[in-house]
Amino acid sequence: MNGRIRAALISLAAPVLAITFSIVVTSLILVATGDPLGLTWQTVIEVGLRPRSIAQILNLGTIYYLSALAVAIGFRMNLFNIGVDGQYRVAAFAAAMVAGNLSLPFPLSIVLAVIVAGLTGGLWAGIAGYLKVKRGVNEVISTIMLNAIATGLVAFLLRQFGEARGNDITTPVIAEGSRAPGIDLIPGSTEPVNSLIVLAILAGITYWVVLNRTRFGFRLRATGRSQGAAVASGIDVKRMVIISMLLSGGMAGMVGLPLVFGESYSYGLTFPGGLGFTGIAVALLGRNHPIGVAFGALLFAYLEVAANPLQIVADVSPEIITIMQGVIVLAVVISYELVRRYRVRDEQQRVARALAAGEAIETTGSPGEPTPPREPERTSA
Amino acid sequence: MSAPGVQVGTERVPETTSRRRMLPRVLLAIAGLLFLLSLVRVITGANDIASAGTISATLGLAVPIAMAGLGGLWAERAGVVNIGLEGMMILGTFGAGWAGYQWGAWAGVITGLLLGGVGGLIHAIATVTFGVDHIVSGVAINILGLGATQYLAAVAFEGVPGGGSTQSPSVPDLPAVTVPGVADGLGTIADKQWFFISDVAAALRALTNNVSVLTIIAVVLIIGTYLILWRTAFGLRLRSCGENPAAAETLGVNVYKYKYIAVLVSGSMAGLGGAFLAIVASSSYRDGQTGGRGFIGLAAMIFGNWRPGGLAAGAGLFGYTDALRLRSGGTSVHALLLVLVFLMVVIAAWQIYRRQPLIRPVITGGFAALILVWFLLTDVVPADFTGMTPYVATLLVLALASQRLRMPAADGLVYRRGEAG
Repeated sequence: MNGRIRAALISLAAPVLAITFSIVVTSLILVATGDPLGLTWQTVIEVGLRPRSIAQILNLGTIYYLSALAVAIGFRMNLFNIGVDGQYRVAAFAAAMVAGNLSLPFPLSIVLAVIVAGLTGGLWAGIAGYLKVKRGVNEVISTIMLNAIATGLVAFLLRQFGEARGNDITTPVIAEGSRAPGIDLIPGSTEPVNSLIVLAILAGITYWVVLNRTRFGFRLRATGRSQGAAVASGIDVKRMVIISMLLSGGMAGMVGLPLVFGESYSYGLTFPGGLGFTGIAVALLGRNHPIGVAFGALLFAYLEVAANPLQIVADVSPEIITIMQGVIVLAVVISYELVRRYRVRDEQQRVARALAAGEAIETTGSPGEPTPPREPERTSA
Repeated sequence: MSAPGVQVGTERVPETTSRRRMLPRVLLAIAGLLFLLSLVRVITGANDIASAGTISATLGLAVPIAMAGLGGLWAERAGVVNIGLEGMMILGTFGAGWAGYQWGAWAGVITGLLLGGVGGLIHAIATVTFGVDHIVSGVAINILGLGATQYLAAVAFEGVPGGGSTQSPSVPDLPAVTVPGVADGLGTIADKQWFFISDVAAALRALTNNVSVLTIIAVVLIIGTYLILWRTAFGLRLRSCGENPAAAETLGVNVYKYKYIAVLVSGSMAGLGGAFLAIVASSSYRDGQTGGRGFIGLAAMIFGNWRPGGLAAGAGLFGYTDALRLRSGGTSVHALLLVLVFLMVVIAAWQIYRRQPLIRPVITGGFAALILVWFLLTDVVPADFTGMTPYVATLLVLALASQRLRMPAADGLVYRRGEAG
């Protein structure tokens, strides 16, 4: 078989294997608890393909995509930013506060929001970066703590500067003219697609260009692959840690914007949390590649949207989908590892055969993919 | 004697002396802390900061955190980072609620422990056998634990009297132990509000009155962990897997086996912590009961420098700040600000004594002054801030002391059998 096709098939095998495995596990759980198997899957597929659902999937996918990109920036450098959750909440609060008070017209309001949210999210993540570089605090622990602190801080600020609306306390409602308009992208859908999907696409392109086509991106990836080699070639790793934490946090700041400008038009105590953790799962699923992550985000959004009517239609608790998401993440990383081992063995056997036959060894690896990317390994604190 | 032997000898000598000194030191530290608290209590009039009620609430809140931390300790000492403690703990709360309401509290404890262990098993399979990144696996287990629990709760508790999709029927309580004849006398002394003496009496009363059996088991487990991991050959081998697995393997240690055991115990401990939450701290499984305690347990372990005693102290601190927040909120935490000022002044004095660069005591002193101003200008700390206290405390401690902390050398690294070569 041609080496390049073979390599492509093998790398496709991992996600397919993982999704199949998770479907099997989920089905087993459904059977074991006596829930209707056929009806559940039928609902998931039917509901997911309705026009309205597709619009919802795109809207939710936008948010997951931004969150996953924020995590991916850290991953590429072996930094584990678990704090996307706190960062987007602080940033969304700041952006909603500014937009609610200033009432700028539409495109301008978004530009300002991107700047405010980017700066706030970046600074919040920067605390973790500073602590890592200056005080040697592991970023996993500091960002977990900062998540909890963000919850308290934002709640406090809301009580100080927000306004009461029903049981909720929110920032001032964003004026009609400042909101992000919906686009009727999906024919037959009653729900429009949030125009901030453009922001996600731009973010994806920027992510790819910066990482793959700039000197900074090269340094970032080099530090992620081998810190020792990076130091030896003159890269200031401490500076890289600070900058990539700022960038990761800045990207995290974008996560809340589609919700603030397209759905709730304010930031309140009931603003959805936990999107940062979904981002981690999606980034892993898409292997930190902008296109792969987009597929991951859409898959997770699809599952989420399709799960909503399960309770009504099939009397199945929609949390079955959370189980499925968890299994997918675990299965994906395991199958990537299995595929990697298979590849190594495959390569070794080919070399051995070639050597035994006395032939000259020709390199068969495709140029685009010299080595299979490794899982991010933890840098020691 | 050969050189390595001599080294072992020289290492052993300071350790025995430090062990001999340890108990008096710990007692002295506790007494010092109580003294400081009673001083602040007299100055501020915030009587709740050292009352028997607060201390027994502290104990109750510290146990689940300590159990999660102990879970983290077992795994990380064998070189496996376990960020999935939260998910395993959630599994534990469900197990305790599900078995507890049907077959009694002890069945609940055992089931919680076992379900936590199942979470540990998944983590072990992923990280040890398949060499998946430890944090990735942990994140997946947190998602899985939450999803599985919510799904199973809807299946198991819906339609059962007293239960619902987010709550189990109530679980019978475990027995509690009271040392007879002591509590009343101590209570009388504690009520007098005498400086220091009343506080000691209150602390003793909290420790002898109505203490849950599971709390006692938790204390035994912490001490037992120390004895097993640091005083047995088994523990030495387990820790060697966390320090240098390749070297351990050359000495004939089955690294995979020890890592599996460690992560299984880790999950079981977290599950036990969950069972405590469901049975002792409340009386049924509830959705969202753990409230991030798995993560705080992890923080307590790091706070405690990967040692059982340290993690118990960390869990105590978090339990204490949590207890203050829950009992009287703003006023007590406000008094705590003064404790912080005192502590920072002591640190600044120590920094001057050790002839550290002048900038450090100046910074410490500056923070102390700022906090003092905050203390003097306000009467209460806003409720949202009191909830942040444990997290801010952890972050501060890590920022100030993380260079002094030493985690197991091969912690979080993926190890493949045969790497020793």
